[in-house]
Amino acid sequence: MIFRACVAVIAVVIALAGQAAAQAPTAASDTSAFVFNTMLFLIAGMVVMFMAAGFCMLEVGLVRSKNAATICLKNIALYSVAGVMFYLVGYDLLYTDHNGFIGSFSIWNADDTNPIEKGHASHSGWYFQMVFVATAASIVSGTLAERIKLFPFLIFVVALTGFIYPIQAGWVWGEGWLDARFDDFAGSTLVHAAGGWAALAGALVLGPRDGKFAGGAVHPLPGSSLPLATLGTFILWLGWFGFNGGSQLALGTIDDAASVAAVFVNTNMAACGGVLAAIILTQLLYKKVDLTIVLNGAIGGLVSITAEPLQPAVWQAILIGAAGGVIVTLAVPLLDRLKIDDVVGAIPAHLFCGIWGTLIVPLTNNAVTFWGQLTGVVVIGVFVFVVSLAVWIALKYSLGVRASAEHQRVGLDKTELGLEAYPEFASA
Amino acid sequence: MKYVMAVIKPQKLDDVRDALTKLGVEGMTVSEVKGFGRQKGHSEVYRGAEYQVDFLPKIKIEIAVDAQRATHVVEAIRDAAKTDRIGDGKIFVLDLEQAVRVRTGEVGAAAL
Repeated sequence: MIFRACVAVIAVVIALAGQAAAQAPTAASDTSAFVFNTMLFLIAGMVVMFMAAGFCMLEVGLVRSKNAATICLKNIALYSVAGVMFYLVGYDLLYTDHNGFIGSFSIWNADDTNPIEKGHASHSGWYFQMVFVATAASIVSGTLAERIKLFPFLIFVVALTGFIYPIQAGWVWGEGWLDARFDDFAGSTLVHAAGGWAALAGALVLGPRDGKFAGGAVHPLPGSSLPLATLGTFILWLGWFGFNGGSQLALGTIDDAASVAAVFVNTNMAACGGVLAAIILTQLLYKKVDLTIVLNGAIGGLVSITAEPLQPAVWQAILIGAAGGVIVTLAVPLLDRLKIDDVVGAIPAHLFCGIWGTLIVPLTNNAVTFWGQLTGVVVIGVFVFVVSLAVWIALKYSLGVRASAEHQRVGLDKTELGLEAYPEFASA
Repeated sequence: MKYVMAVIKPQKLDDVRDALTKLGVEGMTVSEVKGFGRQKGHSEVYRGAEYQVDFLPKIKIEIAVDAQRATHVVEAIRDAAKTDRIGDGKIFVLDLEQAVRVRTGEVGAAAL
């Protein structure tokens, strides 16, 4: 008796399930779609904003304690400069009345007059784009840590976030001249490689930290807190779900929701691949696992998947990220050999992996060509590097960019800020 | 009175303290120090580049004792701090001219 009742219940459940599957889903109302799209921008934007904390902790962990407070100040300052500059010029230069090469020179104005056509709240879209600009600027501060003067650095951030970043990003995301032939989902090139090129130009003009390459040999200057550097990396990893997931730009349909979820998983797995590749490779090369390179491996994996986090199968995402981990592991000592001092490994992780991630997109996305991707990588690289180099050189010969040998010896915390990051501990 | 100063491996501090407590030593001063001896430094790898750590972390113990107990104290430290590997440290014994207990003003051996 009981058995028969069970069979009947199961039959009904199966029938109902079959009916449900056969039904076409009803589309969300315009209002619902508007609300979900807006929520995606706001929540993803909050998570990306927190990447500023991730960069700050990663950088503070990898500098010596005598420069820790200064790097904290630079990080919170650059985030704020990015916000104000993106409001004053950046946003409209990137998106508004774009003529193919440049948008309009005007202050951003929220426009919610046609919400259904726009699909999201105007402020939410601005907010989501603003936090991306800050990310590009954060990349620069890590590379140049421990020897750059505060105000010249912030002036460069004004140029980067107000002009350099918006102009090149507008060529693609502002529907400019590159948009038809070049694809960059969340910014492997437009955010990460762009930040990396600006950092490289800065590192060349600024020179290495005193003592780093003294006597022609490489002298490591170990960071003050590997736990903080690890925390920063985890925060960045978390932030990347907003960075890539939010870059689907919509959450009002089943397709969009499925895409955001796929992007989350691929983003996560690329970072896993980057970490594992760096662990294996550093063990093979140095007979010891190198934690800070493994942390770079996570970032390298994340940057590598950022140009196309939607199309790859999970196993492809792992491999694309793992290649990023290999690139980082090999590029860190390569930069040392070239006497380019990159304190946190931002150039390998953001620039080299950004290029790799962009060029590998055609493997999983048939709508994109390798030559189109290469065009974008080269054009944006040349533009950002050359303009950044010009700004850095102008700063070098006007204000000066480099802290004196004496200031570097004492530490920028005491000489630039007049304080210590850890005043209750005697410094060696 | 003798002043015994020993530089030992940090991980042997608890063993040395236990050994000295058994001898009835009633006080010691401990500091974290850095230095090198015949061991020199050792090399570490940071971000793919090998570098030399010239000064290794050590613990310095300072004890003031009666002259007749100094030999036992030195032997106790020597036995407790020994790992048979390079870098086990050194023990120095100095003549101690005077000691004063701050609270009571006692001087000499009574102050130890």
